[in-house]
Formats: sequence, structure tokens, C-alpha cells
Amino acid sequence: MKAPPFAYARARNLTEVFDLLERHGNNGDTAKILAGGQSLMPALNMRLSSPALLIDISRLQEHAGIQVKGSHLHIGALTTHAAIGDSEDIRKYLPLLADAVEHIAHPAIRNSGTFGGSLAMADPAAEWPACCVTLNAQIVLSHKSGTRRVAAREFFQGLYATAMKPHEVITEVVIPIPGAGYRHAFLELARRRGDYAIVGVAALAKVSGNAISDLRLTYLGASEKPVPAKNTSQVFVLKGFSESSLKEAQDALADELDPSADLYSSAATKLHLAHVLTARAMKQLVA
Amino acid sequence: MSAPYIGQSIPRANAKRLLQGRGAYTDDLRVARLAHVVFFRSPHAHARIVKLDLANARAMPGVIAAIDGATLEQYCKPWVAVLGHLKGIKSATQHAMAIDCACWQGEAVAAIVAQTRAQAEDALEAVEAEWKPLPAVTDMEASLAGAPIIHPEFSDNICFTREFATENVDEAFAKADLVVEETYDFGRHTGVTLEGRAILADYNAAEHTLTVHQSTQAPHMMQDIFSRHLDIPEGNVRVIAKDVGGSFGIKVHVYADEMATAALAVMLKRPVKFMADRMESFLSDIHAREHKIKLRLACTKAGEILAFDLDDLTGIGPYSVYPRTSGIEGNQVVNLTGGPYKHQQYRAKLNVVFTNKNVTCQYRAVGHPIAVAITEAIIDLAANKLGMDPAEFRRRNLVPDDAYPHTSASGMKMEKLSHHQCLDKLLKLMNYDALRAEQSELRKRGVYRGIGLAAMIEVTNPSPAFYGVGGARISSQDGATLRLEPTGMVTCLVSVTEQGQGTEAIFAQIAADAVGVSVDRVRVITGDTGITPYGGGTWASRGAGIGGEAVLQSGKVLRSNILDVAGAILQSSREMLDLRDNNVIDVRTGDVKMSLTELGRVAYFRPDTLPMDFQSELMVTRHYTPRGYGFAFTNGIQASLVEVDIDTGFVKLLKHWCVEDCGTVINPQLVDEQIRGGIVQGIGGAMTEHCLYSDDGQLLNGTMADYLVPMAGEMPDMIVAHVVTPTKTSELGAKGAGEAGTAGAPGAVMNAINDALLPFNARVTAQPFTPERVLRALGKV
Amino acid sequence: METTHTIVETTLTINGESVTRRIPVRQNLVDFLREEMGLTGTHIGCEHGVCGACTVRVDGKIVRGCLMLAVQAEGRHVETIEGLSDSGELADLQDAFHKRNALQCGFCTPGMLLTVQDLATRNPHATREQIREHISGNYCRCTGYQAIVDAVETVLVARQNKS
Repeated sequence: MKAPPFAYARARNLTEVFDLLERHGNNGDTAKILAGGQSLMPALNMRLSSPALLIDISRLQEHAGIQVKGSHLHIGALTTHAAIGDSEDIRKYLPLLADAVEHIAHPAIRNSGTFGGSLAMADPAAEWPACCVTLNAQIVLSHKSGTRRVAAREFFQGLYATAMKPHEVITEVVIPIPGAGYRHAFLELARRRGDYAIVGVAALAKVSGNAISDLRLTYLGASEKPVPAKNTSQVFVLKGFSESSLKEAQDALADELDPSADLYSSAATKLHLAHVLTARAMKQLVA
Repeated sequence: MSAPYIGQSIPRANAKRLLQGRGAYTDDLRVARLAHVVFFRSPHAHARIVKLDLANARAMPGVIAAIDGATLEQYCKPWVAVLGHLKGIKSATQHAMAIDCACWQGEAVAAIVAQTRAQAEDALEAVEAEWKPLPAVTDMEASLAGAPIIHPEFSDNICFTREFATENVDEAFAKADLVVEETYDFGRHTGVTLEGRAILADYNAAEHTLTVHQSTQAPHMMQDIFSRHLDIPEGNVRVIAKDVGGSFGIKVHVYADEMATAALAVMLKRPVKFMADRMESFLSDIHAREHKIKLRLACTKAGEILAFDLDDLTGIGPYSVYPRTSGIEGNQVVNLTGGPYKHQQYRAKLNVVFTNKNVTCQYRAVGHPIAVAITEAIIDLAANKLGMDPAEFRRRNLVPDDAYPHTSASGMKMEKLSHHQCLDKLLKLMNYDALRAEQSELRKRGVYRGIGLAAMIEVTNPSPAFYGVGGARISSQDGATLRLEPTGMVTCLVSVTEQGQGTEAIFAQIAADAVGVSVDRVRVITGDTGITPYGGGTWASRGAGIGGEAVLQSGKVLRSNILDVAGAILQSSREMLDLRDNNVIDVRTGDVKMSLTELGRVAYFRPDTLPMDFQSELMVTRHYTPRGYGFAFTNGIQASLVEVDIDTGFVKLLKHWCVEDCGTVINPQLVDEQIRGGIVQGIGGAMTEHCLYSDDGQLLNGTMADYLVPMAGEMPDMIVAHVVTPTKTSELGAKGAGEAGTAGAPGAVMNAINDALLPFNARVTAQPFTPERVLRALGKV
Repeated sequence: METTHTIVETTLTINGESVTRRIPVRQNLVDFLREEMGLTGTHIGCEHGVCGACTVRVDGKIVRGCLMLAVQAEGRHVETIEGLSDSGELADLQDAFHKRNALQCGFCTPGMLLTVQDLATRNPHATREQIREHISGNYCRCTGYQAIVDAVETVLVARQNKS
């Protein structure tokens, strides 16, 4: 199927973007931001989306790139998945992202799809939203008269729903670099390489001998949005990782996750798989 | 590379253009005045059309015509897909576009023709339709029970039933030491050819001629169909299938939307193109394989199989598909179940029922993957109960290699098979005993591997018994025309088509050997009813065996005719001459007497120098019809090694083996790659592919993101080997190989998974084997 | 203020040749290449970015031709199977695919070749597993993939020996 008719504007700077958004509004199908296009274009080619206007921001390359600024890493919204995968700074400071990028689609998609686009899309089974929640990322939202920062765990509000307001765009993500002693694990189960996960987990913790602290387990594909499983994490922080804490964590996890069935897996299966991944992630963290 | 070419892995000459992006698939053609058609399809599984107003659509930019089913009926006669030899089969009348009532989600009810595809799609949104939804029958068992009835002209939903029994089935079950029973489910899946269905029909009103460029496996069958249904003399219809981007049985059927496209070309007197996009492919390409089967096996303590008892229920959608019918897959399951084994007692019951889902029909390996999987699964179950190794259990029951000709319990006549040679070769190839030892060691460490075997028989080289005797105008014979060109090249025109499997390459090899020229001097042309001899095309693993034999016979006569010319030129007895490597030679000395280039020059441009009473005949046509047996059965055996993650239910395919016997192997690499591709297609159905429908008949996963085809990351390496038992029914001795991989792979994988699950007393029997189904079997969810 | 358009005059380089066309903004890159430029070697398999048949190279990187608007290629260098065949860049891969019969119907082949050339450039020492991973977004219904992996492996080894 071919895309429905729409108008197109190639923005040369953010001011133009804000002007266009103001004139056309980006509620519903009126105007849509085109970044990497790897989610929007399929929707257009299925005629599931018929915006009046596409605002192409892909040329705003000043909003692409990865920078270390003090204790934080700044990732421009238009940074591609591939650029994250290729970045030495990411590998060094945020290896969780380097591990996660391998699970995102395929090389040709990773060359176009953007970090900010994935967050704005807020697919519950996507990798970046869960990673951002685990990493305590701050999402920088720009609008005509300034910017604001929203913590990732507040940013994702539901199924494809975010805290982003009409007339706002994501311009940057700021992520605190975990200090010494932090370990990570990114695991997901997908039936084919590059497919959206049935369920996955982005895990980070400070590990020192048997002591686990600041454990953050965020699950993807297990609820309407990436879920930070605080109580589950707390079980391991308090009791360490063992067969018995794992059993206890299983109950906590069942309370914290609310998976919906997908085409091939029931909610019960997803919950079971989330538990299996929890055990595997914890093993990796304490190994 | 030198003769003989038969038996050598010569790369396909026609692959070069495809490697450079210079193929000519239907959508690549550029035609003046081309119009594009798209279809307004029913959003409901079953609904009456209350209102269909195309006026607004007609007024949209670029729209040339907007047509409903009743209008188009004046240009295209409807059809009913039945065959005389499938006793009692019935189906409803099907139109190019539904007129009053749509019977599946995706059935076309109106056509929009526009200057561009995008404009046509824009106009689709302006179609105004009102529907009265009718109850949808989506469950096979509910359909069999008969309520509600889909077609009001019938009193039930049964398309076809068949019962078969040998004389002493009950007695065999009564005296058995062990009777095992299991129920198997097979999900619907579909072909997902990467190139969607494509047709460009061009009507010339002045000549009353129709030229159809079509992505099809059977150009002559389609020529006949277009001629009869559009009322154009057969000679005025030309069907051309140049490059075809995958077919696998998907492109051998009559599709209503393609008939509509041709009818629209006639109606509008201009070329009209229809390209099925991916979403409409899922909704309208034939599906296959939806079966639920109860199978029982009776055997002795010593592991001798006494009898099988089969009960198969299959749902085919609302219509039997024209002209091959949708009764064949179930019929094949009845014919083939238990086929490799020597038991004499067999009972089978088949019910083929209508449902309000997309139609199903013949898709690669038709019925085989099902018959093989259920036979092999229940054999493993029986072997387990007896505590016998599955390989040994098979050895005791496979028909001995010296027991041919053999007639199976289901009545299939087999010329000569090699089950035991194949089994022995397989076990050695895979190092079966070492794998078993490794499996047992790994189990102790909590690693659960499984080894699955699946013996198989396969229908190839079908005789007229398959379709022709039932009244279908589907040719089981094929022809080859070979022409010596003046430069000494050989042009070879064959009615079998090329879909990438390499038919043109093997015909060049056969022709080169038969005539005595080097293979690079042979140019093969297929896929054009305007120039090739008449024939069936590509289906049922018939290209090499039937088309190849026609090429061989034609080549032999051409060689003889060339020698006649040589004799006349050289004024020599032709018995003293032969053709070798593009030259006429003296048979006694091997000396070159003249080149074919010189012979061609004289024959075509200086025939005045030849004797007055001599006329050269350097173009020869021969045909071949398989006779004697209904089919040239082949056999083989596959093995799968898997590792099951018992925590996640994920199955990793570690390796796959296949030993098969397709008779004479013309090009080993091409045969091996047919097997490999077929295995992965079989694995797809066993592991991931499933057309999921809601209870009200909505296809839930009609995109490539949701319908999971096999991709490179999860597929195993495959080891392929052969036993060679040429068929004596032809001189070439070749049997088919195109479907063997698909036939056996699902059974092998199923058995491997169940072997891995053995320590947990868990079994999976419903394909595809999703992680959830494995976890359920393990009692984990 | 930037204005909005439904047709945009676009200048891009296709296989080394500068081209200017007025392009309807909704037309994606692969449709533009096929319909306007007659470059039919790039195929359409799903239009949703899943199958990989439409893979082309833009500014040296492989992308899905169906997931990029043609007007977005303004000022970019687009390379297709036709251009990369004529330049000889893919010759050894094409030869290896031919010899190993790593294609049957050939419909996936142009996209597959661009994808494996991308791998060969980025990871010349790729293992079989990495080859499988890199082509895991390119659907081939015919081969079962093994012949493709074999052919790519052969070329990687040959290129290493050469360099």
C-alpha cells in the first residue's frame, strides 16, 4: 500500500519546527514529526496514519551526537541506533545501551532509526525506553519558549503515550553515568533476531561482593509502558541473590508487572518469561 | 567444464541478470497507457453487501474506472472448482469479484482502476459500502457440525469426504500388543513469496488478443483459463512469465482478483496491472495446511507396525480453489500417511469443510508435511512406549529395498525406493550413536537436546491421474523444442517454467549432453505460451523428470538430424559420424570432421550444395508423459538436532540432515539447494508461521512483522546427501526433488523437540511450536 | 517561515549521476527509483521495512528504500544494485553467489548483496554467526540462507587474503 497524501516541510531549525507545530498542531493526525521514519513510514505505508503534514526534522543534525559532559552523557534525539552502537563513549560509560542496541531491528533500520524517535514512539516492547528508565535518564523536551526535563520514569505514561505535550519535541536525553562498581545486564527474548521482544529486562546495580545496592530492573514488553520493578529489586537488595530470594522476587514481580497477551504469548507466559529473565539478569549482575 | 554435463554442479546462467538487478519480474515491465487496479475487499469474514456506491470513488483524481462484481461478470464467466475423480466434491460458484455476499475477509467486491497505484488507493477510501454481517464459521469442527451453513445452496459445509479401509483393520488393532493414539494440530500458513502475485494484462481490441504478463507457474493453464472465461480464442491469448519472484505453489492457482484484472483490461481496452501488496497477499494468497488429525497406530511388542487409523479434518475457506480444487491436500494426507512402512492395514477418514477464512489450496509439498509429521510422531511415541530406539523401530518397519514394486496400504504403487539405504546413510552422516551419547551426557548437566527422525515418501512426476482424469485442463505432459542455430548454438524451448529452482540450467545440461554441444552453447527459453511447446509448467516436483525427459528425447533426435546433415555434407555414412563438443567427429578416430558452425552455415545458407532430395530438419520437438505409475515416488529421511531451553520454551535448531533419493541427479548443487530451501520452508511452518484468525474471521497477523517467516538468524546449517535410484520409467531417470525438504522437516523437528522433552514426559503436537506451547507441555504456564 | 509542499523539486545523485525531479512528497525512495528512474533492480517486498528487498545505500549507509521519502534524499548520494554492479564493487560477491547458487528466484538478491557488502566493509572478519545476524533483516524464501552464508564467508576470506 502507498502512503496517503500529505504535505511536507523540511525544517531547517527548531524554530521552524515550533512554528509549523503551532500552525498545524500535532494532535492526532494533523501534523507529525518525521525523524528516522522507521516507525512512522510503515504506519503511513499501511495507511494507519494520515497526517496532514509531515515535519521532517532529520536534517537538524545539531541534535544528533553523543557527548560526555561531566558526570552525564548527552545523547541528541536524532542520534541513530547505529551511532549509539558504534560509540566508544557509550561502550565505556553506558554499556547497557551498547548491549541493548544489538537487539534493535537490523542494520539498515539501525542506520536510520533514532534514539529520540524511539522514545517518542514509546512502544512498550522497545529497548530504549526501558534502558532510559533503568538509567534514570532525563528526557529534554523543547518547545517554542524553552526546554524542560522529564525523568524517563515519568515520561512514559502508557501504551504509546508519553508526557510530551503538543508543540514539544524531544531534543536530547541526558543520562547520569553510573559510577564505579555498577554492573549491567540487558536481556530479552524474541523469537527472531531483531524482532520486538516478547519480554525483556534492562538491569543495573551496584555490586560489591555479595552486596547488591541501587538495583534497577526495568521490564519491556511486560506492561503498557516500561516498568521499573522497585519491589522486586528491593528483594534482592535486602536479601541478596539466592534461590529463596528469587522465589520471593517472583511473587513481587507478579504484582508489579501487568503484561497483556500478544499474538503468540499469553500474559501468563510473559510473566513466566519475565521471571526467568530476572534470574538470568541477576546471575549476570552478581557473576 | 566438459561433457557429460549431467551430474555436474554448473552455475545457473540465468542467475547472472538477477545478481545485477537486471531481472524482468512482472512489476519491472514498462508499458504505455498502463492503468493500475486495486481492490475494495470485504472487511468482514461473512457479510451481505447491502450497498456498494462507487460514485465518489469514480470522481477521485486519476480514477479511470470503478467497477463492481455484477458489471464485471459480463466480461468474466464464474467457475466452480471440482474434479471428477474426487468423488462427491462440491463447491459454490465463484466470481471474479463477489456480487452479493463476501465469504472471507479480503474477498474483493469492487475494483478501482487509476493512473497510479497511489491514486487508486486514495479512491478506495471513497468507496461507500454497507454490510450486513452474517455469522462466520471459523472453527472446523463447528463447520463440520453444520451450523450455520455458509452457502445457502448446500445443506452442509462439507466440500469433500473420503473414507478408505483395508479389509482387516479392526482385527489388526484387536491383536496388537500396543495401540497408541495422538491428536495433531497444524496451523494455517502461507507461501509469502517475496514477490507478491503480479499480473499485467494487455488487451488489443483491434486483434481481439490478450497478452498477459504474469508471475505464474503454469502459463498454458492460465492461457486456457483466460480463453474460456473471458471468451477469447485460445490462440489469441498469450501468457508470459519471465522472472518469477518465488512461487512454491502460491502462483499455480486461479485468483479471482487476477481474473478480474484480465477482464478489466478487456473491458477498458488497455493494459491493466495488479500487484498484490503484502497485506493483500496475506489476505488473498492461498493459505494451506489447517488440519486437525487423530491418528492411531497398532504394533506388536517386537515393534512391528500392524495398522494405522487416521481421522483428518481440514478447513479450506469458503471455496474450493480453481482449477486444482482444495480437496487434494487432505486426499494426499490419506494417500501418504504411513507410506514408508510395510504394514498392510490402514483406515482413513477425511473431512474437508468450508470455513469463512481465506481459501486454502496446494502449497509446496501438499499434504506431505502433515502425513510425514503425524506418521513419524506416532512412530516415535510407539517406540518410546516399547523402549526401542526410534532408528531401530524404523529399520524394522520400513519397506525393504528389495521388495519393489510395492503397493502401500493406502494403495499407492511405488516403483523402487531406497528407505534402508537412506536410513543407513543418514545415521552414519549424522553420527547418530555419538549424538545419542552426547545427548545423554548433556542431559545430566541440564542441557536438553533432542534428535528427531522423519522418513518420507514424496509424490513427483505426476501422471494425468493427478488432475487430468478428473477433468481439469491441466497438462501432465510437457514438451521441448530444440533448434540448431546457424552458428552452431542450440536454442531450447521448454514448457516447464523457471521460478529460480534452476530448470533452465538443467535443461541446458541435458540438451548439451543429448546433442553433443558444450553447455554454454545452449540457450533455454521458458515461460511464454507464444513460443514454447504446450505443457503443465512447474508444480508437484515435475520439472526435471518430465520436462527434462522431453529435452533429452528432443536432443537425441536433433543430434540424429544433425548427423544426417553432416552425412550429406561430408558424403559419408552417418553411422561413421558423431557429435562431440560442438564438432562432427569420425567415430573411429575421434578426428574432427567439421564444426557445427560450419554445418549450420551450409544447412541454412548453402542448402543448394546438398543433394537434391535432402532437406535438413534442425528443429525438433518431443513431448513426454509419465506413464506406468501414477507418480514417480521418491523417498528420503531427515534428522533434526535441537536444544530446548526448558525455562523459556525456546527451541534452538542446531543442525539438520537430509538423505534423499530423487533418482538421477542432474545438477547436485541445485538439488541440494532445493532441499535446503525446502527444509527451511518446512521449519517455518513447524516453528513460527501461523495465519492467526479471530473467532469472527479476522486475520490477526497479516503483515511481515507479525507473521513470522524464517530468517537467517535462527536457521541451522543443513547437511544433504543422496542415494540414487533412477526411475526406469524414463531414460533420464530423474524424479522430483523440489518438495522433499518441506515434506520431511516439520516431522523431524517435531520429533526432535519431543525427544528433548522426553525426560519431562512432555510432548508438543500442535504446530507451530511456539515457546508458549512448549512451556504448556512442560506445565510451566 | 518554512512552507509546506506536496511536490518538491529535488536534486540527488543516483549511482553517480545528478538527477533533478519534481517529486510528490508521499513517494518513497524505492518507488521513485523504480517508477521515475527505471531502476527496477531494487525490489518491493513488504513496504513496511521488514523484508529488506528494497535495501539501497544512501551516503554510504544501507537503508530501507520503502522507509524513506524520495524527497528526503535531497543532496544525498543514492546507490542501487545497478550502480554497484556497473562499478564492479560487488563483482566478487556476485561471482560467489553465482557459483554457490546463493540465490534462486533472485528477488531478495539485490537487497541481500547490499546488506552483505555492508557487513564486509564494517566487519571483514565476520563469523558465520555474525553473517547470519547481519542478514537477519533480509528475507529469502528460496535458499534457506545457508548458501548465502557460505558465499559471503568465501568472499570475506578471499578479500582478507587479497589485502
